[in-house]
Amino acid sequence: MGVMNGSNNDEYVKLLGAWPSPFVLRTRIALNLKHVAYEYLEEEDNLNSESVLNYNPVHKQIPILIHGNKPIRESLNIVMYVDETWLSGPPILPSDPFDRAIARFWDVYIDEHCFTSINGVAISKDEEERKAAMAKLEQCMALLEETFQECSKGRGFFGGDNIGFIDIGFGSLLGPLKVLEKFTRVKFIHPDTTPGLFHWADRFYAHEAVKPVMPDIEKLVQFAKLKFDTSIFK
Amino acid sequence: MGDKEEVKLLGVWYSPYAIRPKIALRLKSVDYDYVEEDLFGSKSELLLKSNPVHKKVPVLLHNVKPIIESLNIVEYIDETWNSSGPSILPSDPHDRAIARFWSAFVDNKWFPALRAAAITKSEDAKAKGIEEVEGGLLRLDEAFVAISKGRSFFCGDVIGFMDICLGSFLVLLKAREKLKGEKLLDESKIPSLCKWADEFLSDDIVKNVVPEIDRVAKFLGELEAIAQSASRS
Repeated sequence: MGVMNGSNNDEYVKLLGAWPSPFVLRTRIALNLKHVAYEYLEEEDNLNSESVLNYNPVHKQIPILIHGNKPIRESLNIVMYVDETWLSGPPILPSDPFDRAIARFWDVYIDEHCFTSINGVAISKDEEERKAAMAKLEQCMALLEETFQECSKGRGFFGGDNIGFIDIGFGSLLGPLKVLEKFTRVKFIHPDTTPGLFHWADRFYAHEAVKPVMPDIEKLVQFAKLKFDTSIFK
Repeated sequence: MGDKEEVKLLGVWYSPYAIRPKIALRLKSVDYDYVEEDLFGSKSELLLKSNPVHKKVPVLLHNVKPIIESLNIVEYIDETWNSSGPSILPSDPHDRAIARFWSAFVDNKWFPALRAAAITKSEDAKAKGIEEVEGGLLRLDEAFVAISKGRSFFCGDVIGFMDICLGSFLVLLKAREKLKGEKLLDESKIPSLCKWADEFLSDDIVKNVVPEIDRVAKFLGELEAIAQSASRS
């Protein structure tokens, strides 16, 4: 997959992940962007494995990046760590402190509001809950459309000419979003209401760092049927 | 930079989150104007314009550009005034990742548990919540021992990111102790963290920035009275 650079960067890199997880996807995209060779360990069937509990006793969650013998936890943390450790390859976070603050803000927003709403729709117990979560999700999309216009300034990605921190943060949710669109028969990203995001999504999917690791939508749909009570969508 | 920079901080005196940028700005010897917002009255035009998404404090305005969310602001201050004062975040990427991990734990798990326990009316939920808070403090005590390696603060001999993050809640904890007799900072259970807490609150910069414990205790008491009379009416 490429050559690692720097003396301490010759240490072994391992990623504990689960294929359906958007959070794991973020870390894989970041590693790909920096051409870091790593061993990927699939933990989907065994989230209580010794490795996971050993390296993340606090949250017992994946992804966990192990560099040398040091564990780094939490997807956005890992993406920042990768950006700060492997300095060749395009920067993931911008260099200007103000732009960095904006990028960090939006990724937190994406996790706290977008991801929470997507999950909210999936675990909703009744029509009312589902409608509320869907309305929230639509609000998020409208805000992100504005943000995309502001950040991209006419270029292809939130990060400009190449994918950056917000692209990775939000792009990793495109899979779950598409699955939700299939079940709810509502388009959250639409060429009329969110034209910027609509075309950005295609570019994101086609990016060389993303394409090889983006999970197949049909597989995600099957996974969703097993994990969530999808009978409420009938 | 030759031109005078305009640095303004919007906050409220009782907010732990507003304390954080104050400490960071002083660590970097940055002059700033402080604007006290009235969150119970109406929010100022400036606040609504600067933080339209969440309408919350703190907000840092640097030459008119708004930066929001307390830890974001602290990182921004660290990066912008990087040649002045000590580094707030460690320089090593792994140490930075650790600081971010634990600060996320404090903000996303530990403090929400405390806040939930404080406002719940169910005694059961309260007890369970306090248990979770105490468990969190135990973890933080362990983390402190492992990360500090015998030094006074999390990442060294001067205040840094983790100290600012957790330290911003100390006055609140001590105020709750005064008001409710609830001893969360228990030396017999979390000795290292308690020692750290004393060091943090005696620091010259912190001393001049944090609100007085008595004032916060009185304010919490007033909030509680309002909440209780609201639930009765």
